[in-house]
Amino acid sequence: MRQKSFLGRFRESQLFWPLVAWVIILIFNAFVDPSFFKIGIMPDPVYGNHLYGNLIDVFNNGAPLILVAIGMTMVIATGGIDLSVGAVIAISAAMGAVLINPALGNKLISNEILTKDATNTPLAIIILADLAAGTLCGLWNGFLVSRVRIQPMVATLILMVAGRGIAQLITNGQIMTIYYTPYFWFGNGYILGLPVSIYIVAVVLLLGWLLVRKTPIGLFIESVGINAKATYYSGINEQNVKLLAYAFCGFCGAIAGLILSSYVHSADGNNNGLYYELDAILSVVIGGTLMTGGRFSMLASAIGAVVIWTFTVTIYSLGVPANALLAAKAVLVLVVILLYSDYSRRLINRLFERRRGIRHDTAIPRDTAS
Amino acid sequence: MTDTPALVKLQGISKSFPGVVALEDVDFILNKGEIHALMGENGAGKSTLIKILTGVEHPDSGTIELDGKLVQVRSPQHSQELGISTVYQEVNLCTNVSVAENIMLGHEPHRFGSIDWRKMNEMAHMAINRLSLDIDVTQPLGSFSVAIQQMVAISRALEGLSSQVLILDEPTSSLDMHETNLLFDVMRKLKSEGIGIIFITHFLDQVYQVADRITVLRNGKLVGTYKAATLARVELVAKMLGRNLTDLNAISKVKTQEEEKKEKELLVAAKDLGLKGSLEPMDLELYAHEILGIAGLLGSGRTEMADLIFGIDSPDNGTIVVCGEIMKRHSPLESLKRGIALCPEDRKAEGIVGDLTVRENIILALQASYGWFKFLSKQRQTEIAEKYIKLLGIVTPSSDQLVKNLSGGNQQKVILARWLATNPRVLILDEPTRGIDVGAKAEIQKLVVELAEEGKSCVFISSEMEEVLRISDRIAVLRDHKKVAEYSCGVDDKTLIHTMAGEL
Amino acid sequence: MIQQSHVTQQAKLFFFRYGPLLLTFAVFLAVYFTGGRLYPVMQKPQVFFNLFINDGSLLLVSIGMTLVILTGGIDLSVGGMIALVSTASAALLRSGASPYLVIPLMIIIGVAFGALMGWIIQTLKVQPFIATLMGLFFARGMAYIISLTSVTIKDAFYKKIALTPIYIPFIPKAYIYPTTLVGPIMLLVAIYLCFFTRFGRTIYAMGNNEQSALLMGLSVPRTKIMVYAFSGLCSALGGIVFSMSLLAGYGQFATGMELDAIAAVVIGGTSLSGGIGNVFGTLFGVLIHGTIVSILQFNGTLSSWWTRIGVGVLTLIAIGIQSVFYIRKKHS
Repeated sequence: MRQKSFLGRFRESQLFWPLVAWVIILIFNAFVDPSFFKIGIMPDPVYGNHLYGNLIDVFNNGAPLILVAIGMTMVIATGGIDLSVGAVIAISAAMGAVLINPALGNKLISNEILTKDATNTPLAIIILADLAAGTLCGLWNGFLVSRVRIQPMVATLILMVAGRGIAQLITNGQIMTIYYTPYFWFGNGYILGLPVSIYIVAVVLLLGWLLVRKTPIGLFIESVGINAKATYYSGINEQNVKLLAYAFCGFCGAIAGLILSSYVHSADGNNNGLYYELDAILSVVIGGTLMTGGRFSMLASAIGAVVIWTFTVTIYSLGVPANALLAAKAVLVLVVILLYSDYSRRLINRLFERRRGIRHDTAIPRDTAS
Repeated sequence: MTDTPALVKLQGISKSFPGVVALEDVDFILNKGEIHALMGENGAGKSTLIKILTGVEHPDSGTIELDGKLVQVRSPQHSQELGISTVYQEVNLCTNVSVAENIMLGHEPHRFGSIDWRKMNEMAHMAINRLSLDIDVTQPLGSFSVAIQQMVAISRALEGLSSQVLILDEPTSSLDMHETNLLFDVMRKLKSEGIGIIFITHFLDQVYQVADRITVLRNGKLVGTYKAATLARVELVAKMLGRNLTDLNAISKVKTQEEEKKEKELLVAAKDLGLKGSLEPMDLELYAHEILGIAGLLGSGRTEMADLIFGIDSPDNGTIVVCGEIMKRHSPLESLKRGIALCPEDRKAEGIVGDLTVRENIILALQASYGWFKFLSKQRQTEIAEKYIKLLGIVTPSSDQLVKNLSGGNQQKVILARWLATNPRVLILDEPTRGIDVGAKAEIQKLVVELAEEGKSCVFISSEMEEVLRISDRIAVLRDHKKVAEYSCGVDDKTLIHTMAGEL
Repeated sequence: MIQQSHVTQQAKLFFFRYGPLLLTFAVFLAVYFTGGRLYPVMQKPQVFFNLFINDGSLLLVSIGMTLVILTGGIDLSVGGMIALVSTASAALLRSGASPYLVIPLMIIIGVAFGALMGWIIQTLKVQPFIATLMGLFFARGMAYIISLTSVTIKDAFYKKIALTPIYIPFIPKAYIYPTTLVGPIMLLVAIYLCFFTRFGRTIYAMGNNEQSALLMGLSVPRTKIMVYAFSGLCSALGGIVFSMSLLAGYGQFATGMELDAIAAVVIGGTSLSGGIGNVFGTLFGVLIHGTIVSILQFNGTLSSWWTRIGVGVLTLIAIGIQSVFYIRKKHS
């Protein structure tokens, strides 16, 4: 077996294509609008001096999407899908807002009690409640898929449809503004000059990596996604594997909701995380994980989310009118489709092979000893 | 003899896939009014040749002539238009629509531009009667047994417009003896009508029952085409293997004599084990150092029994006692922990995880038994995988090869390795040699015998009576979902057949 | 299989085939009568016809969606298509184009758009989810580009159709509008296609097992493209009906309608994996949706987001029913 060079292995890894896509967008910006890359230092009395610029924005604003994409990857790898992540974001945001400032009937607690530093519930409890709410949603989805054996698209459709209603229920139908300053830190704070959200994403990625590559769970997930029946016959509890995947996805959605509501200082049951599920699935597709399940890479999906956000920021900074963003996104999807289709992949592979001299794998040797 | 053009003439057909040469310069001729058997081990190229004829694949080089005219078969639809009808090994019909539709789909009778259901049902009924079957053609196909579905598939092939060529790919694997004879009668009738039939099968008996000529492929190349009447069975097998048969002969001597009664340890005792709708309550005992053969026709409940013992299904009656302890919970993981392993019947759907590597497939069950927190390092995984690749003679460029790229026989060995790696005390094998070439069959049988000698208890389920007779110490016979008899080794095949048929 | 009495077997087969449809019908009756008991106003016959008037577009879109889902695919672009068609027609009418030109043009756009998505799905082998997602972004995006704000339709022909009631014979004070008829007509067309043409039977075969259908020699590629084109046609018709009913075109119209359509199809007994179900059930799925909305309107105090929860719960129930009926035996 020939030794694969580092470059060769990298080219075959799942990270290659999404990184290529990102680099292409960056190169485009380098030619058309070099100011895109400007990074400056902004003095800030509240959060301390920190970096700012388009690239920083991409990672900061894109953090919720990156998180949701990471969670979605695990679910898609088991051969499923989670359409409810947007609703989970809304529910998590609602939980946070309501715990800070519970509504009595239709009225919020009066402003005499609330100041910028007052909350009805300690921050730590709020965070825990958020995460618990999201994970619970994930467990619900996982329960429907693994125990009741409902198809993932249908099962998560239920929460997607009903979830926003639940978020509204929590906030009593209102868009709640959040005044509690420490809460803002998640979406607006900076550590060592970089946004807090980036660190959160890094921690979740690390956690995820430990979970799937340092335990057999990653292997089980891939196995379930490829052939759930054979996996069951091999003694693996594929129900629990799926349950875990959906719970993790809900968990990620909860964190995303926390960051998002912290960033916009409010919880809006109707609009928080709207269409996030579609973008998340797109991120996973760009990241190269197949929608049918199997081999996956959370880092690749994260890069996919970064691609989408970089694209969005590029469009804005080019001065394209806001109403054309959606159509531009459609073009992005089309390009992704074309790039990832079988035809173009084969074409590009053939191009590479021709460069190095055509080398077929040795044919599988026939039975000789037997 | 006048120089009538052959019905089908393939010349110089070659086809390669990435990394594999499937066919190399193969010639094949099918005459009008003949039954032509196509034989070869797995990897010989039979299915690729058929796929080329049916338009699923396109040859890299070579020519196809139909009735003397050069053609290019573009797609399955096109091949049907050309008069080539195919019946596949797996029933490729639609279980959600009626039998009549399955037979007529694609050429339904129309009236005033819309489908004439009444006429369609009539025509379907007539087609089914041709095979001496009488079923309600308006019922969904899925409500019938696999055997009936197979007959419907054949019926559909026969109804094809102007069929000149009929390809039957392992059509008898789901049929019992009666249905097989029915099929052969129909084949002979079609032969007399001038239709050419290509018949692919592993069953040597059946080849000699119906075939006029036999073509043997090996490693993608043509070995030769022979008249069935003048080719001895032994010669045929030798040509398929390309070597001597001492291996097979050696094993057949293994179990004809009565072994001395050793005091054998009772590993598994099932009492009144049953599941409504699946298996009637039965007793079964599995001893160490022993091979228990399970004989019975397809549909007699053998797989159901295996699934019950292994915990895939939970019994609603009776108990299973493993090494003195009653099993309270039933699941593959529980059985695995108690030392019971099952090599399932359908390796594609229940066995291999195609997109994982050989290494990952082999250690999968072992890792499952370790749970979520004890992780086998990659190095350890490779060690284990290499050990079994060597032990079982699995042919693969490396342990990092994707399992889906291996041939059927090697895939089966990977599954076997998976279970051997868990070091079970009881190994249940459900049709382990099905769809595997003769050479690999012999290897697996030899392995099972060795495992029993080491002290394991092996349960060997197979439709091929000769194998069961050859290696079993005891044989249990199932019929109609219950155990009807148990014999010790030395029983002859006639007795077995009578028991299976219900006459004893 | 262990023998069962002939009668039980026949009964079982009947239930397996017609069970889900009967249950959906029963649920509709249950919901409707509950509404009638809670709000006597709902017992007026016009309320029933209002279901068809208000949910005309949803019905159309769901019919197209049913056929697509039967093949095992999905079409997320329907809402965007409605937005695009409404905005485009409004803009064209505003600049003086004749409705006799605009309406056929919209239909052609719908069919072409659907066919293009079908082609991408079939030939480029893209997952229907992704391809129709792109369609959604594109269609709604184009609607926004045409006009960011709502455009009123003042055309006389449109106004006439929108405001002229057709009175139902024998039922006093009951009426519908001309646009209301489009849905039921397309329903009949769809039923004909599904059960009396090879196109329809191929759809069912594909949904069950696409590989088998291909090997059976059915023209799977062509059918796949046609089924998405049909969905595009239904969406375009839905858009026309929508713009006529509201006499306006707006990029934000029909947001989320694809979800409501999918829910209606599922509640109607069609399985998302394909091959099982029919448009007749979808009709009841849409009616159930409309009934829930009506009940909430008559209640007046509950916010519209309860509709979402209600539909979610019903979808759950429908799926539960489906999994009971559609479970296949492991060893048959």
